[in-house]
Amino acid sequence: MTMAETTANGSSQTYIGTRTIRPDGVDKVTGRARFGADFNLPGQLVGRVLRSPHAHARIVSIDASKAEALPGVKAVITRDDFGDQPSEFVPAGEMMMNYKDVVRNVMAREKALYEGHAVAAVAATSVAIARRALKLIDVKYEVLPHVIDVVQAMRPDAPLLHDDLFTAGVEPKPDKPSNIAKRVEITLGDIDAGFKKADVVVEREFKTAPVHQGYIEPHAALASVSEDGSTELWCSTQGHFLVRAHCARLLGLDISKVRVTASEIGGGFGGKTIIYLEPLAMALSRKAKRPVKMVMSREEVFKATGPTSGATVRVKMGATRDGKFVAGFAELKYQAGAFQGSPVQPGVMCAYAPYDIANVKVIGYDVVSNRPKVAAYRAPGAPISEFAVESVVDEIAKKLGLDPIELRMMNAAREGTKAAYGPKFGPIGLEETLNAVKKTEHWNTPLRKWQGRGVASGFWFNIGGETCASLTVNEDGTVSLMAGTPDIGGLRASLAAVAADELGVPYDKVRPIIGDTGSLGFNFLTGGSRSAFSGSMAIVEAAKQIKNDLCARACKLWETKPDQVAFEHGHVKPLGSIAEKFKPMSIADFAKIAGKTGGPIGGVGRINAQGAGPSLGTHLVDLEVDPETGRVTILRYTVAQDAGRALHPAYVEGQFQGGAVQGIGWALNEEYIYGDDGKLQNAGFLDYRMPVASDVPMIDAILVEVANPRHPYGVRGVGETPIVPPLGAIANAMENATGIRFTELPMSPPKVLKALKERGVSAKA
Amino acid sequence: MAKHHIETTVNGDAVEFLCDTEETLLDVLRDTLHLTGSKEGCGSGDCGACSVTLDGRLVCSCLVLGCEVGGRRIETIEGMAKGEALHPLQQRFLEHAALQCGICTPGFLVASKALLEMTPDPSEHEIRYWLAGNLCRCTGYDKIVTAVMDAAATMRKG
Repeated sequence: MTMAETTANGSSQTYIGTRTIRPDGVDKVTGRARFGADFNLPGQLVGRVLRSPHAHARIVSIDASKAEALPGVKAVITRDDFGDQPSEFVPAGEMMMNYKDVVRNVMAREKALYEGHAVAAVAATSVAIARRALKLIDVKYEVLPHVIDVVQAMRPDAPLLHDDLFTAGVEPKPDKPSNIAKRVEITLGDIDAGFKKADVVVEREFKTAPVHQGYIEPHAALASVSEDGSTELWCSTQGHFLVRAHCARLLGLDISKVRVTASEIGGGFGGKTIIYLEPLAMALSRKAKRPVKMVMSREEVFKATGPTSGATVRVKMGATRDGKFVAGFAELKYQAGAFQGSPVQPGVMCAYAPYDIANVKVIGYDVVSNRPKVAAYRAPGAPISEFAVESVVDEIAKKLGLDPIELRMMNAAREGTKAAYGPKFGPIGLEETLNAVKKTEHWNTPLRKWQGRGVASGFWFNIGGETCASLTVNEDGTVSLMAGTPDIGGLRASLAAVAADELGVPYDKVRPIIGDTGSLGFNFLTGGSRSAFSGSMAIVEAAKQIKNDLCARACKLWETKPDQVAFEHGHVKPLGSIAEKFKPMSIADFAKIAGKTGGPIGGVGRINAQGAGPSLGTHLVDLEVDPETGRVTILRYTVAQDAGRALHPAYVEGQFQGGAVQGIGWALNEEYIYGDDGKLQNAGFLDYRMPVASDVPMIDAILVEVANPRHPYGVRGVGETPIVPPLGAIANAMENATGIRFTELPMSPPKVLKALKERGVSAKA
Repeated sequence: MAKHHIETTVNGDAVEFLCDTEETLLDVLRDTLHLTGSKEGCGSGDCGACSVTLDGRLVCSCLVLGCEVGGRRIETIEGMAKGEALHPLQQRFLEHAALQCGICTPGFLVASKALLEMTPDPSEHEIRYWLAGNLCRCTGYDKIVTAVMDAAATMRKG
């Protein structure tokens, strides 16, 4: 499938690149759209989870007999209801997960490893009975010492979470277990030689706090398991095919027995790429022989799902006098939560990826501690390592007296640059985004006292992967489109535009839906910024099948050869000697006579999408510091990012804007706050402070389009890169506003005020 | 304890239901009346996804008890479109791509409608502060604020 083939095959670009109304929009503005908690079945029970009050405790015994005896309780499940799983890593988004850990995370086995860890679950006829039943479950804990901080967890005398965890990636294999699950390293060139060439070297240590994905819709699942194991499951997920695989595995069912329907999803950002409630609802339903619905409270979402890692990062960079980067070193220590699998690997890959540096060494550690197991969060791992590098890049610019955009431009990765993590880049758009930002009025507007401007760039590699999507031409010539990756932010609009242009039919004649796991072949999840990239490739393939089929039908009808027909703008046209003899036939014409010409008309794209081009972006922020309170106000914000080709510009801008604001929250306010008792102290939206409308200005979005040559329309994934630059851009702006280099996130008012006081920067100065 | 028998008005329709004392208006709307357009994002009045109006006043339905609404007038997202015609806010939200996942959208629409009924020509600043009780994690608010301003302009023209 090449670009030449598809565009030469009679597709126009009427809808691609335009701001069409999303096909699922009316349902979403009228309250009709059904999200995870909006499904119900006759006879359904209420499922509730009992969670550990301790950060770290051995589970000595669980006695559920009193709960089981309570009238209205139909099932109780504990660790005994799940068979153990051997250690086996499987892909989950851009990260990996291990079934041995998954079965322990959904339901604690030997130990409870964090406050909020599921220990038992009940299904009952009412919420009130379910709550009462939870209180009747007698769990005997032996409370153990806990460890929350990543650096403390790495110490040899730290409380040990898993006595069978030996650091992978070090030779020889350690003889003692530790909380360090893994050491990873990438190298390019020779950093020692590189630092020798440096005229200026900057070294700094940074700390970031764990932050939650913060989707507004809590996790929800409704399961109905029949006596023969046939299962219907509705849930809010980024990947219902993976939910099916994981749940079938944990419950010992054939994959074919489990049909999963993805509800509309109320945000995920990576946090809904794994399973929590789904296997519990299924196990309860199997035991109770009735449907079971489970919905998390917000407190449960904070305590038992997500977040992403907090981390400690050390960065050392060297540059020559004229600004050429000659060496980059970084050491990343990422919290994984209670089980191994932090996003340290992508953090390592992305740290220096925006730049062309000959000598790079990045070391990463994946460290467990008594926190909820981290889940993917938008460009998992990258914002943390790139925050540190972008801060040091800014400092180098200052030391050399260079403009920070010029310095980045001088060192920007471009087509042909060899990245430290392996690949040689194809066409990429970092320089274009730097140029775009530099040309803005924003960049050239003067600032006042206590105001600062910061710039930072960001990189995310993006993924493709297994994708299956179908197009069906209906009897009236309209088109049904089915995709198998949940639509989290406008996917159906983009895919419908591609289908309409490929087939030459009006956009509103294409109705896209997200199919359940029984309706399509396997789809990897919505993540890695892959759904529009891969989905549109699968749709192009499906459309190609339809066009070829219609041309073949025309050949039969017109008794001619394939070179005498062509598909153009929604019609099969006769060519050459028969051009005058027959009238072109539209898709609707064929639909009417489908039964007489070979049967139903449709195509199915089954692909393993390759060639996801990286997306790079540059952000520009103005902020003001209130020296009396330490509060930081974002005054102005500009995002420029390479989208390859924006299938739907408004939803691409939306990704830029939303990612920037999540990054603003990460930089300024969001954090998991633990007490000495190892318990989370801010498990609610009031105390876990995400940006609200009055916290942010309009976010100017500049679409840069450097076509991805591996995609028929030039598309790149766009969803994740926007959360990468804000952390560094804001820290750099803070330095310009206050003269203080902030190295710890979040830069929340108490921290800012303290730093101002320590430096003797007073409100009156 | 016996359930409360409540008679009230929802989106112009006379409605009666039974509820426990502890049940919230949001529980009643979603579970008893099957009006699932109002969403539960937090259950503590911090996210605004359950916004409805009670006698014209914007409230979080998760902070109102079902047994408090007898004889009141409740408006939810399900009552916003009139027949086949979307409310100008709904239309502008679609045109400006002011929603991505859409879970917060009903709450934003109900809250915005309450604002425009009071303040037909709000500034961007006023819109941002009025909507500060509604969390959106997808859009960064830019397109939401734009859509509200545009809808306000449409409504002023009548």
